[in-house]
Amino acid sequence: MAGDRFSYNLDSTLETVDQAEQTASRIASENGFDEDEVMQIAMAVREAAVNAVLHGNAYDPGKKVKLEFERTSNDLVITIRDQGKGMDMARIPDPLAPENLLKTSGRGIFLIRSFMDDVEIHPSSTGTEIKLIKHVHGMAEGGKEASQ
Amino acid sequence: MNLKVSTRQVDGVSIVDCSGRITLGEGSVVLRDTVKDLLGKGQKKILLNLADVNYIDSSGIGELVSAYTTAKNQGGELKLLKLTKKVHDLLQITKLYTVFEVKDDEAAAVKSFR
Repeated sequence: MAGDRFSYNLDSTLETVDQAEQTASRIASENGFDEDEVMQIAMAVREAAVNAVLHGNAYDPGKKVKLEFERTSNDLVITIRDQGKGMDMARIPDPLAPENLLKTSGRGIFLIRSFMDDVEIHPSSTGTEIKLIKHVHGMAEGGKEASQ
Repeated sequence: MNLKVSTRQVDGVSIVDCSGRITLGEGSVVLRDTVKDLLGKGQKKILLNLADVNYIDSSGIGELVSAYTTAKNQGGELKLLKLTKKVHDLLQITKLYTVFEVKDDEAAAVKSFR
């Protein structure tokens, strides 16, 4: 799949969250990630999609979520972009701080960072773009395991 | 698979057998309503059996925390039973494993309630 790029424009609905997760799971599997990694990638995409639909676009039917998958020579790169007002990074609490442990929200970005190798978040006044990067290891092009 | 729950009583403890996914939307609502219903009926010893829950997202984690604090604030206790590896790992990395009382054996878990 190296060099391949797939993108989807999705509605701001809960169905989009499930669809993004399922698509990420399929593409991660096709790129040879193991079961745990597939789960991690799919969950990171799910959390990013939740942020885009709920916090970014706020379920606005006029706004879309763009989901893009790209396989580079070394990485699977997944980009999720919303059309909201832009995430305020300063307002994201540390969910591991003792005073935040019993909060019922605020763990999404933390989980994304835990599960991916690199995460880039670019908020702007026209939306937030989050780039999730997972290194492909021990694989040759096309998702087949490299020979020893 | 969406979350399915069924509740049974064992020696004064409400055991909520959960199966499926606890995620944003229906899964979280089902869990919230079940715990709220039990507490409303005065059943304040709650054991969530998560043996058949293989997926929880951040909203689901939030729902577990909410259930825990709601029970505690009403003078009750909520404990977790039989975590799958995935759920166990999630509670570890979010440091919630130290917050929840987690049990592996149902009989011992039931006895552990005061």
